[in-house]
Amino acid sequence: MSTRTDAAPGARPAAGAPVLQVAGLTCAIGGAVIVDDVSFDVAPGEFVAVIGPNGAGKTSLFNLLSGLLPVTGGTVTLDGTDITGASPSARARRGLGRTFQASSVFAGLTVRENVRLAAQAKLGGSMRPWQRVRPDDAAHDVATRSLERVGLARRAEGLAGALSHGDKRKLELAILLATDPAVVLLDEPMAGVSIEDVAGLTEVIADVHREEGKTVLMVEHHMDVLLGLADRVAVMHHGRLLALDTPSRVTSDPAVQQAYLGEEL
Amino acid sequence: MDTVVLLAITGLGLAALYFLVASGLSLIFGLMGVLNFAHGAFLTIGAYGTWWASDHLPGAGSTGWGFVSAVAFGVAVGTLVAALIELALIRPLYERHIEQVLVTVGLSLALVALVRAVWGADPHPFPRPEWTQRTTSVLGANVPNDRFLLIGSALVVLVAVLAFLRFTRFGLIIRAGVENRAMVTALGIDVRKAFTLVFAIGGAFAALAGALGGIYLGSISPGQGTSLLIFAFIVVVIGGMSSITGAAVAAVLVGLVQQFANYYAASGVGDLSVVLLLAVVLLTRPSGLTARVA
Repeated sequence: MSTRTDAAPGARPAAGAPVLQVAGLTCAIGGAVIVDDVSFDVAPGEFVAVIGPNGAGKTSLFNLLSGLLPVTGGTVTLDGTDITGASPSARARRGLGRTFQASSVFAGLTVRENVRLAAQAKLGGSMRPWQRVRPDDAAHDVATRSLERVGLARRAEGLAGALSHGDKRKLELAILLATDPAVVLLDEPMAGVSIEDVAGLTEVIADVHREEGKTVLMVEHHMDVLLGLADRVAVMHHGRLLALDTPSRVTSDPAVQQAYLGEEL
Repeated sequence: MDTVVLLAITGLGLAALYFLVASGLSLIFGLMGVLNFAHGAFLTIGAYGTWWASDHLPGAGSTGWGFVSAVAFGVAVGTLVAALIELALIRPLYERHIEQVLVTVGLSLALVALVRAVWGADPHPFPRPEWTQRTTSVLGANVPNDRFLLIGSALVVLVAVLAFLRFTRFGLIIRAGVENRAMVTALGIDVRKAFTLVFAIGGAFAALAGALGGIYLGSISPGQGTSLLIFAFIVVVIGGMSSITGAAVAAVLVGLVQQFANYYAASGVGDLSVVLLLAVVLLTRPSGLTARVA
């Protein structure tokens, strides 16, 4: 479905085949359908923004993709493998990483330890759990690189809980990068971030997408942020996928405009 | 002066026992969200294991290295039982906290009843190596040596646990898991692997406390672990529920308060003072002394 032909650096060889396929995805909890028959494909290296009014099912969709909510219908396929029934940790190991709407870092660990933990998970270091945490091992290197990427290398030895809100969101990105996911789910990364930090964070996300060739799905309310980043925009409304198209076409879609009832996109 | 010294060192000895039990409790609660009421039974198992081994196990005895092997046996049995309980009974009830608590309460009753059925309800004299029966003069006070053994063991355990948590990969996973299990899972780490380990470590410390408590009291009986468990729980709450250093500080507070109140007020006032201390801490610092794990 993607129209991208210029492969981003680091994109998979099979750039044509979708990296993420969602087919008829449905979730009903106690009779209430919170995600209703959602289907879409995402190509490798693509940036898809997910927008919609509050309660439209955006976070629920992410929870279904990352395995935190039980799927009651449909399938999720990652890189050709059906992961509909896989546990959250198994999905993460397969390359589906996510951040949460609420800022989620380990406040009692240092900034570096936060990232290191993720690197350990990726490198399979937990197989040798008694091994000492050394400043010269592979996990340490990955942690350093991820922190440099988001511009937090100078704060590495401080406690994560002492970071500003914007920096915490950058740390979340660094944690995610350390797990080297193929597909990145970002749930409102700008939520609670001060206006002056939005630009810096947007730049980091753009870098991650363009330079590392990551496939990104991002829930976001700041339309101005999305317009510069997203290849396509998915609009959710009442649990359904209302539209999925380029940003300009989506904003001029009458159905979308009606869903927002005059709210400015 | 000599009375104060004796009371202080005895209080610290008691604190050492509380800490050994409480450290496991707080790690288990912190990581798994399980209030382990069976923890006192691990202590009883460690005490009886040591006692049994000192008489029956080849190479083990009641003095010198023989006694050390007897304690090692008791600790090994406690560790094994704790690990098996986690695998067989706690793990299948993952995230079902009420059921987990009920299972541990049932186990605490059943294991103590089992010990009573096998070895009787009466206290048995516990082997006390000769060195622990002597005293050392500290600032004019004749302090029984077993106090130093208790304090020394607890210090070694404290340093070892802190080093384990700070400097190993598993330690990092445990500290992170105590803060937020779901997030550790989201990173692709199966945090349940750490559960068995934490349960086994807790069982080992409780069993060690059982053996040391036997030396301190001179005898063992089936209900000993359960009565110590109550104070260990108070220590865990005062210490901040999931903090090892908090548990250490709280254990010292509780041990000292209990000893001094029992001596200067009346026997039994010590227990009451501990409960008062708990109330004061909860009123002034509702989340305990500290909220960090290590």
